[in-house]
Amino acid sequence: MAPVVPRSGDAVFANVERVNAELFTLTYGAIVRQLLTDLEEVEEVNKQLDQMGYNIGVRLIDEFLAKSNISRCVDFKETAEVIAKVGFKMFLGVTATVTNWDVEGTSCSLVLEDNPLVEFVELPDTCQGLYYCNILSGVIRGALEMVSMKTEVTWVRDMLHGDDAYELRVKLIKQVPEEYPYKDDE
Amino acid sequence: MAAIYNLFIINKSGGLIFYKDYGSAGRMDTNDSLRLASLWHSMHAISQQLSPTTGCFGIELLQADNFDLHCFQSLTGTKFFVVCEPGAQHMEGLLKVIYELYTDFVLKNPFYEMEMPIRCELFDIHLSQAIQKDRLVLLGR
Repeated sequence: MAPVVPRSGDAVFANVERVNAELFTLTYGAIVRQLLTDLEEVEEVNKQLDQMGYNIGVRLIDEFLAKSNISRCVDFKETAEVIAKVGFKMFLGVTATVTNWDVEGTSCSLVLEDNPLVEFVELPDTCQGLYYCNILSGVIRGALEMVSMKTEVTWVRDMLHGDDAYELRVKLIKQVPEEYPYKDDE
Repeated sequence: MAAIYNLFIINKSGGLIFYKDYGSAGRMDTNDSLRLASLWHSMHAISQQLSPTTGCFGIELLQADNFDLHCFQSLTGTKFFVVCEPGAQHMEGLLKVIYELYTDFVLKNPFYEMEMPIRCELFDIHLSQAIQKDRLVLLGR
């Protein structure tokens, strides 16, 4: 059998079933709006969105791996590139750029110039603390956790808060070894 | 004649979450299948320790006189394996297809709980279609 070659984000994106972008954007808007009504506190909504994203991420990672034929990344740098170029493309139809690496190579920024989630959104004064796209950070955290990487994902720049792009800071906290504890005395 | 005897899916902690047999040979009851699954999980782990060099991810193919066992482990730790006739072809491809079906019809089912036994009718339907197709390929040789 021929070895499976990793597919580019564009190739996967072209092959999966898609929904109308507007339906997607508006559905997400409706969810955020409903959460604001239900939970009242903006902080709580941020938390809830992150949790929802996490729950999506832990399942979505398998689909990502199955359909993109990506194999093990050698380091966190490659992981970040794969998320930005293949992951974002496959599920959101846009790509991100990876920048601002720290010296240890454990944290970087994913910059999104284009974000389909916010197409029609203007934040009212009452919601200034809201991270509207907080679901994305949860997705990344959840997905990476399933491939043994504990990460912390935070928003640095947000166009809804007047910045010029969306910037997610991804920090690798630790890599959980996959080996089984096979020594009796451990 | 069926090329595949049985199919197992085990979660990352070694619990059997899906089992199906095809044809009369190799049929086993629930207890046996559960025991075999956790046994395979351990053997797979031991095989990684056996490797003299680093970067071994466990047994992929076990060949015996009267059966082959093909195993595929996803990066998230879920293992898919089929027991089939010796020399059966395309099993890696089939396991890959099953993995895709699992992501589509099991993981995307909002009522499926992660790591729990798979009881999803849509998955069953698509799985039997995939296996059927695989048999046709074999017959067409």
